[in-house]
Amino acid sequence: MKEADFRDNETLELFRKQGGNILVTTLDAIMDWGRSNSIWPLTFATSCCGIEMMATGAARHDFSRFGIEVYRASPRQADMIVVAGTIVNKMAPVLKRLYDQMSDPKYVIAMGACAVSGGPFFYNTYHVIRGVDHVIPVDVYVPGCPPRPEALLYGVMQLQRKIKLESLTDPRKTQNLK
Amino acid sequence: MKEVVNLPVKKIEEEEYHINMGPQHPSTHGVLRLVVSLQGEIVKSLKPHCGYIHRGIEKMCEKDTYPQIIHLTDRMDYLSAHINNHAVCLLVEKALDVDVPERVIYIRTIVDELNRIASHQLWWCSFGMDMGGLTCFFYGLRDREKILDIFEESFGSRLLHSYYTPGGLMMDIHPNFQKGVKNFIHYFRKKIKDYDDILTGNIIMQERTKGIGVLSREDAISYGVTGPSGRASGFSCDVRKRHPYALYDKVDFREILGTEGDTFTRYMMRMDEMRESMKIIEQLIDNIPAGDYSAKMKAVIKLPAGEYYQRVEAARGELGVYVVSDGSKTPYRMKFRSPNFSNLSVLDHISRGVKIADLVAIGGSLDYVIPDIDR
Amino acid sequence: MDTLKLKERILGLVPDAEFQENKPFPTFIIPSALLHNLAAGLAGDADLAFDFLFCLSGVDMVSYFEIVYHLESTTHRHQMVLKVRVSDREQGFADSVCDIWRTAEFHEREIYDLLGIRFTNHPDLRRIFLEEGWNGHPLRKDYVDDINIVER
Repeated sequence: MKEADFRDNETLELFRKQGGNILVTTLDAIMDWGRSNSIWPLTFATSCCGIEMMATGAARHDFSRFGIEVYRASPRQADMIVVAGTIVNKMAPVLKRLYDQMSDPKYVIAMGACAVSGGPFFYNTYHVIRGVDHVIPVDVYVPGCPPRPEALLYGVMQLQRKIKLESLTDPRKTQNLK
Repeated sequence: MKEVVNLPVKKIEEEEYHINMGPQHPSTHGVLRLVVSLQGEIVKSLKPHCGYIHRGIEKMCEKDTYPQIIHLTDRMDYLSAHINNHAVCLLVEKALDVDVPERVIYIRTIVDELNRIASHQLWWCSFGMDMGGLTCFFYGLRDREKILDIFEESFGSRLLHSYYTPGGLMMDIHPNFQKGVKNFIHYFRKKIKDYDDILTGNIIMQERTKGIGVLSREDAISYGVTGPSGRASGFSCDVRKRHPYALYDKVDFREILGTEGDTFTRYMMRMDEMRESMKIIEQLIDNIPAGDYSAKMKAVIKLPAGEYYQRVEAARGELGVYVVSDGSKTPYRMKFRSPNFSNLSVLDHISRGVKIADLVAIGGSLDYVIPDIDR
Repeated sequence: MDTLKLKERILGLVPDAEFQENKPFPTFIIPSALLHNLAAGLAGDADLAFDFLFCLSGVDMVSYFEIVYHLESTTHRHQMVLKVRVSDREQGFADSVCDIWRTAEFHEREIYDLLGIRFTNHPDLRRIFLEEGWNGHPLRKDYVDDINIVER
């Protein structure tokens, strides 16, 4: 992917703090480099997008080369949760509990149209939560039904860019958009 | 002087305790919660709790027109998505007495069988992975990508294509389709021998699966277990043979039946089914007739009032679609007889007395896809 | 066994049964009190031998509920449909056939969950898809849920 195309997300640049603490910039750089290049996700797939997530981890579109070396089965050991699939009313407390059990810093990728906004199950159903951001805060949204493995990889790369903007003095304060 | 008091001592081995193989678990293949009652390491009973992916598809179908329902049936058992769509298309076509072109029937049969192979490949890779052999995961998905390439070239997406419509197909196949399929079969016939080398002949796998989770023929019929799991117990339930549809009465293939009904037999059923599917495709791929890719259908499809039922053989068992129509463009009631729902009901019965590690092998051999259970 | 002979046998067993014309399978509507005995007879008889219940569904016809049993015989390869009508919408009851066809256990729980029909003698009748405290039965035609459903 061309550098110019990758930097197309202007909002992310807005998150970068103006000025800053010169004492910790090197530490920040090392910390962010480490964190962004070794995100280990939780095994969490509810429906069809789970298959594309497995395909992203398989031999052709290997996401181990992006640092996602293994999937962790326990939320206590995971950094990130890729919500792949529809979340329904019965599953929402479970997802919240899993998210709460993860330790900081933790990130969420909403993969697929169902996790982003309810997807094909938006109308006329009584049990689907229309978007996983009603339950947990989301960092990156990857649309598609199901998104291609390359789309998920792009989402992971955006997450890596987002992580690289963090700082020791101002961790995860990306909500302060001035 | 201290008194010695003899307190009643309960032996720990005699107590039963419950553990939760919760909705999020690497080996339940989706969001299924099993409350397992254990004594030591032996399973005494288990209760499946479903509903963690219940999306209310049957209620949604009452407000959608028939072509829109195709998009929902895709997402039910997403690994045999084409076969689910085939059931709804056949139901509508039979109800309206539509003359579907010969080309469409050929293409639908070939794509169904390719989908069956792709589904069994994914089953194989997750079965091996659950038992600890991570190599199987990579081998199975690598070969599945070849089928997904063929699908992507002709239909536009890798998974969930909604390619069949009532009356025919969404668009014609790509000119490279036949060559791609023939190359794939040539490639996969060699690779499936690798699969046997890695997993089937493996002594650990055989020790873990032979004699485990035995299902008798009477129980398979009573519990309604169909598909490869039912055929492994000797229940001859292949819808392609008993109530043929598409071209299945014109091609030559065996219905594979087993006798023992244990996990290893269920495994071998699917391996043999992959070979039979390749045989079916080989008989058809060179003879696709020229013609239209769709019959002429009205813009608004209305089924005459009455009841309709269509059965097809999905990768996991018999899928039934039951429609009660009141003459309007949406069905009054649409019920899906899902194969995985009945297959799950037998899990409690066959896993009494096995160790908890065997439970994973049994679950993998029954091969359920949870969104199909919950619809 | 062809449709005519089947019709004779069933009408012989249950004279009150009503035969419906023009359906995909031979269809009989029977009074709900006679369901269990007839089902046991169908499964046990050597000529009929309906041992495979391949679909159990519930339909909400607004004035009554209809429970539809699709049966097949694995030995003789004939199929038929039994229908039972339940007219009480609040406290509807029907007999459970779990002891004859074990697949009915899960299917009857689903019908109870989504339509609200109770089954007597069911070993474990509770909701299967929705949570225990869910209000109402969603598949009913008069189910209204302003919070959850977005209409279109």
